[in-house]
Order: sequence, then C-alpha cells, then structure tokens
Amino acid sequence: MSKTTATTTITTNSDQVPFFQVRRKLYNIIVRGFLRLTTLVTVGLLIFMIGYILINGLKHLTIPMLTTQSSYIEDTIGIFPNIMNTLYMILISMLIALPLGIGAAVYLNEYATNRRLVTTIEFAAETLTGIPSIVFGLVGMLVFIHLFGLKQGVLAGSLTLVMIILPTIIRTTQESLKSIPDDYRHGSLALGSGKWHMVRTVVLPSAMDGIVTGSILAIGRIVGESAALLFTAGFGLRLNSLFKSLQRSSASLTVALYVYVSERGEMEAGFAIAALLMLITLLLNFAATYFGNKLKKR
Amino acid sequence: MKMLFFLCGLVSVGFVLCISIYLFVAGIPAFKVIGISDMLFGKVWLPTASTTEPSFGILPFILTSIWGTAGAIMIGVPIGLLTAIYVAKAAPKKVATAIRTSVQLLAGIPSVVYGMIGMVVLVPLIQRTFDLTSGATLMAAIIVLAIMILPSIINVSETALSAVPAEYEEASMALGATKEETWFRVTLPAARSGVATAIVLGIGRAIGEAMAIIMVSGNVANMPGLFKSVRFMTTAIASEMSYAAVGSLHRDALFSIGLVLFLFIMLINLGLKFFIREKKEET
Repeated sequence: MSKTTATTTITTNSDQVPFFQVRRKLYNIIVRGFLRLTTLVTVGLLIFMIGYILINGLKHLTIPMLTTQSSYIEDTIGIFPNIMNTLYMILISMLIALPLGIGAAVYLNEYATNRRLVTTIEFAAETLTGIPSIVFGLVGMLVFIHLFGLKQGVLAGSLTLVMIILPTIIRTTQESLKSIPDDYRHGSLALGSGKWHMVRTVVLPSAMDGIVTGSILAIGRIVGESAALLFTAGFGLRLNSLFKSLQRSSASLTVALYVYVSERGEMEAGFAIAALLMLITLLLNFAATYFGNKLKKR
Repeated sequence: MKMLFFLCGLVSVGFVLCISIYLFVAGIPAFKVIGISDMLFGKVWLPTASTTEPSFGILPFILTSIWGTAGAIMIGVPIGLLTAIYVAKAAPKKVATAIRTSVQLLAGIPSVVYGMIGMVVLVPLIQRTFDLTSGATLMAAIIVLAIMILPSIINVSETALSAVPAEYEEASMALGATKEETWFRVTLPAARSGVATAIVLGIGRAIGEAMAIIMVSGNVANMPGLFKSVRFMTTAIASEMSYAAVGSLHRDALFSIGLVLFLFIMLINLGLKFFIREKKEET
C-alpha cells in the first residue's frame, strides 16, 4: 500500500502537477461528500422512524388503551394484558438468567483453570448470540412444550428467552469482572478470606455496574423479541394473573403488534404498541449508555 | 461452590448442544420421507394440497433467503462502511458520539416495529413507484433488511478502523497523501479482516430475521424475483407453524427448513471464526 502512495507523491512533483492536483482535490471532495451523505442517510432513517412512530402512535396511547383489555363485545382494543405479559416474561426470564449468567461469568473469570473448557464455554455463548430468534422459537417449542409438556404460555416463553439473553449477561458481567484490579482479590485473600467469601464480598459488588448494564441490555432484547415467542408464549390477548399466565397463551407487546397489524388490520392499536415499544427502547438505551459510561470510567 | 459456578458455565454449552441435537432430530425425518434432493431442489411448495399430491420443495425459500441477504448486503455494506469511516475518521468528536448513539438506538428498535414501518411506508411507496398490484415484494424486504444490518456493520467496522495503528496513517500522510486517500488506501485495507467480520455478521443478521420481513414480503411461496411476493426460510416457519397439524409431514418439513437455516448460520459462524482468527494473527 505505502508503495503506491510513494509513487503518487513522485508524480505530483513532476510537470503534470495542475491536472493531477485537480483530480486529487476532486477525489477528496467527492469522498467527503459521500461519507457525509451516507451518514446523513443512516441518522436520517433513525430520526424518520422515531418521528413517524411517535407522531402516529402517541395519540393512540390513551388511558383506556393502556389500562384495558380488548373486548369483542364492546369492540374496543386495549393493550394492558400485553404490557403485563411482557413484564411477566422480563421478571421470570431475568430471575433465571441472571444467576446463571453471573455464575457462568464468575466461573470463567475467577475459578476456571482449564483453558480449553473456558474456550468451549465462550464459544458456546458466542454461538448462541448468532442463532436467529426463529430457531430459538422452534427449539423452545420442541423442548419446553413437546418434551416437557408445558402449555403455550409465559413460562415456556421465558425459558426460551433465557437461552437468548444468557450470552449477553455472561459477556457484560465478564467484562466488568476483568476490569476489577487483581489487588482487590489479593488484598481480600491476604486478609484470610476464602475464595467464595472474596467473590461475594469484593468481586461481585465491584462488578455491579457491568451486571446492571447487562441486565438492561437483556431487558431490551426481551422487550424487542417476537419470533421466538410466537410458538412458545403464544398469541393470547386476554388478561391473566402472573400465575395463570404461566401456562396460558399470552402475547407479548411485540407479538400483539404483529397480530393486530398483520392479522386484524387494527392499525391504531399497532401504532400505539409501536410508540410504546419505541419509548421503552429509548429509555433502555439511555440507561444502558449511562451505566456503560460509568463502567468505562473505571 | 466452585462446582455450582461450573454448572452455570456449562448451561450455555448445554443450550447449544440441545439446540443442535433437537434441530437434527426434528429436521431429518421429513428429509427421509420426501427425499433430500426432492426437498432441497423442489421448486413447488404445496404442503396442504388435497386434490393433487402435496409437494414439499423448499428451494424457493432457500433462494429467497439468499437473494434477500445478498441484496441487503449490497445496499447495507456500502452505506454502513462509509458511515463507519466518517464516524471513525472524519467526524468531530461530538458528532461521532451522537452518531454512535443513533446507531445503537437503531439496533435496539424491535423487528416488528421495522416491519410495521416497512408495511405502512415502504410497501405503498414501492407499489406506486413501480406501478405494481402489490408493493409487498422481495425488494421491500431487501430494503428493510439493509437498514436492519446497518448497526452491526457500522459498529464492527468502526471498531476495526479505529484500531488501525496511527503510524500507518501518519506514514501515508508524511508521504504526501491526503487524509481521504489515506482512509481508503491505507486504513481500510489494514482493517479488512474487521470489515469482513462486519459483513459476515450482517449476513447472519439478515438471513435470520423473520418478523420484520414477514410483514413486508407478501408471504407467497414464489421463486424469488425482485418484484414478486416471496417467502423466506424464516417467514415460512413463522407463518405456517401455527396451523401445521402436530405430527404431520407439513410440520416436519417446517422443522427441516429450520435445520437448513441452522446449517446456514453455522456456516456463517465458521466464516466469522476464520476472519476473527485472521485479525488476531495480523496484530
């Protein structure tokens, strides 16, 4: 590469300077123009999408929409059950995935001695990140519903979500564990603490920022997930208590959006859910950036 | 205590094994009944035909997925790459931070929201522009996918571009090259394995996407054409699984599509491993 650049410089110094200079200047201007243009396209698309959804959606995000359930008899639409279902799924899948993920990260960073085992686990987590959600949905259905005999509902959906968010929690926790200086660990051990005591009282509290960031990212994935929930959590639009919803077909906000828009042509409800999802996404994003920055400062 | 943490670590390995085994167990029976070549290269998908013999060719889905992904890459990579160069090299610091935040936000928007915007804005636009009976076509899906892969492409290539040692660029500029020439002739080639990783990641995202494109692609099992309604591997599973009877060959065939999709993803992961290894060797 440097060779071509060198030749260019030599030619520039020879007699054909004017034409060459013009061509180079033109090249630079065009390149800059294209860089700005594409960036503008990217940012413009985002602004358009946020604006479009909020302008069309916020006006439908009324109190009855947010606090009632759909009724065929009164011909009204409400998304309250779907808000609750999404919350149930966040609650249950985080309850399972958080300890598993933190445990795995602690093992990888604090306990593991076998290099090959660490690579295997990290490879598995990476592989999980790349698997499409529809495949998670298929396997979730095969394992949790066909094999374990669960009914379509929040429990089967949440278990499927655990597979999806586990790598995120492992990775962010691991990153923040790595950023803890070894002096902390040595100090604790030198004072006579056992390994588990050291992990519990020194390592984990210092890794709190990373765990929080990981949780926010994981919640973001849960809120946005749809394909994996179609056949595991189901399409049900009725309101259930947390306990009943576990084994009863329960549509999350995203699945409800799909049902309302694609199958029932209810665009108002669709826009309302889209606006709500957009607001949640914005909120989670700012939260993740805030905690992520705190982590980086360390 | 160590044992407990060890078990937590094994869970993700267990998940991967479980997913692979179950997809093979569920995906192979239909191949056995229908025949591998009849299924992979059959052009007609009529799983519920009653008057004629049902037909289970999944070639339309496979080709649609490949075409859709290729189209998304062709549009998304140039835009994403140029944006990444702008953010990594040309943009003032504050502007760069703002763009990074926007890109993150773009990645966080749920697929159904992409699908809905595509359905309400893009599909009618395509219909009017090209004077079609329906705008729900492969083209609409390609555009939606191209936007959805932008964050992966921008993030990964930006990281790669920023990681190129400053000495390379300084040497180039000391020899008289302008900044713009340096970015394209020195920095970009030096970051090529990172860029390749970004493209492969984008391919993985595009081929696995389901809910955004199910809403804009018309969902008909045609052989792919830019202005035809099409069905992808992912959308075939998503749209038919809920009505395919349990235990039927139709349902088994859908699992087989899942298996084919999974094999594609594994192939892409292998490619990813290869490029990441190459990057490690370079540094």
